[in-house]
Amino acid sequence: MNAIYILWLRELKRYTRSRAMVVASLGQPLLYLLVLGFGLGPVFQKAGNGSYLQFVAPGVIGMSVLFTSVFSGIGLLWDRQFGFLKETLVAPVPRITVMIGKTLGGATVATIQGLLVLIICLIAGFRPANWLMLPVAVFFMILTAIVFAGLGMAIGSQLQDMQGFQLIMNFVVMPIYFLSGALFPLNDLPGVLSFLTRIDPLSYGIDALRNVLLGASHFSPLLSLGVLCISACLFVGLGSYSFSKIEA
Amino acid sequence: MITVTNLVRKFGDVAAVDDVSFDVAAGEIFAFLGPNGAGKTTTIKILTTLLKPTSGAIEIDGLDPATQANETRKRFGIVFQDPSLDQELTAFENMDLHGVLYHVPRKLRHERTEMLLKLFELWDRKDDYVKKFSGGMKRRLEIARGFLHTPKILFLDEPTLGLDPQSRNQLWTHVKNLNASEGVTVFLTTHYMDEAERVADRIAVIDHGKIIAQGSPDELKRQTETDSLEAAFLILTGSSIREEKADSADQIRQMAKMWRR
Repeated sequence: MNAIYILWLRELKRYTRSRAMVVASLGQPLLYLLVLGFGLGPVFQKAGNGSYLQFVAPGVIGMSVLFTSVFSGIGLLWDRQFGFLKETLVAPVPRITVMIGKTLGGATVATIQGLLVLIICLIAGFRPANWLMLPVAVFFMILTAIVFAGLGMAIGSQLQDMQGFQLIMNFVVMPIYFLSGALFPLNDLPGVLSFLTRIDPLSYGIDALRNVLLGASHFSPLLSLGVLCISACLFVGLGSYSFSKIEA
Repeated sequence: MITVTNLVRKFGDVAAVDDVSFDVAAGEIFAFLGPNGAGKTTTIKILTTLLKPTSGAIEIDGLDPATQANETRKRFGIVFQDPSLDQELTAFENMDLHGVLYHVPRKLRHERTEMLLKLFELWDRKDDYVKKFSGGMKRRLEIARGFLHTPKILFLDEPTLGLDPQSRNQLWTHVKNLNASEGVTVFLTTHYMDEAERVADRIAVIDHGKIIAQGSPDELKRQTETDSLEAAFLILTGSSIREEKADSADQIRQMAKMWRR
């Protein structure tokens, strides 16, 4: 228990100490929110879908949760061959403890990052339909963060070099983001695209956020909750398995 | 304290460690010498539960690291060839994190941290980030950390690589003192023959995964009819240069150098 706590605390300390990184990682969501939010606003409005800024804000929050949590896991690559990881691998604690501490740490950091983006959205003019639902929104951010921190750990345990990182970025992380309905509504999509959005766990995370914050959603909230819980178990399980297989 | 019998570890068809046997007595300082790629680090990784042996038997303080990994891990401390500190934490935080992972009770953890950091002359800098430390200071901190949970065995994998003579000298003085005062068994690998000659009670020379000679520094010199350990080493292992294949670890090391502030 203490081991989980101290490893969780380590992730948090590393995050709060790298202020430049925090600011830098807000740049991308800010671009999506402001440029797309205001740029596509008029077209979106004409199509009869209301305010695009309102629509895209939960998507951008989901995006920063996704990126931060996956990257926390991929940070294993850095630690792996020469860094701190070995110290934890020879420590007399079960691997699963190390894995859970790191995953919870990554998920916490991702949730904080999501909250920062939520605050920026509020400043930019985003207004939730019901303020009292904010805690539920935070709950879904945490759930989404755990799903992708688990996935990040699974990937990070496998990666051997920096080339692999680019591959993962372009063929796993970006597709998860673009196919999640973060940027466009999931209604009336062509068959293949519709299928792909349905197997993307982030779709359910962002849809749940939209449901909570705006009161409108594509999937039923219970379905989203179910899919997120199952993916969390699946990815954290997969992450634990890959992590337990690391030979330094 | 350490008993290794007919240890083999294969990577594919290549045997990195090929039928190695040796004994290290409690309280002894034992050095593993060998050219690059001889199998030193692989042996240490197997002894410290990071790799599983292909075949052979190992006992560490009566335990088998392959099947009793967690119990074994409590018994030893290790300083890796590559740094394994968290650069973004302070020296004290690195020590404290280690203490928690090794189940050292809080009070004892703080007492030993203070004692060891003072001994290794790092107490004034305990609240500084490790990334601001010099190479020598980082090494000292890692060794101090290795002693924190009062291990029975300390593994040192080329601990003095890249350090200046002053730091090397000081480092070995501390290790020898702790060997005497805490009775810890030390298992080390190094490239520097003078160090091995100075600190080690016994030496094993390993090449191509096999142990080719064992004994005290004097015995090795007598055996090869040379007057220095360096000459003895060259006679035993030949003077051809070993080229190590660059692997992904080297790439990451290079990346790390570029990115380190």
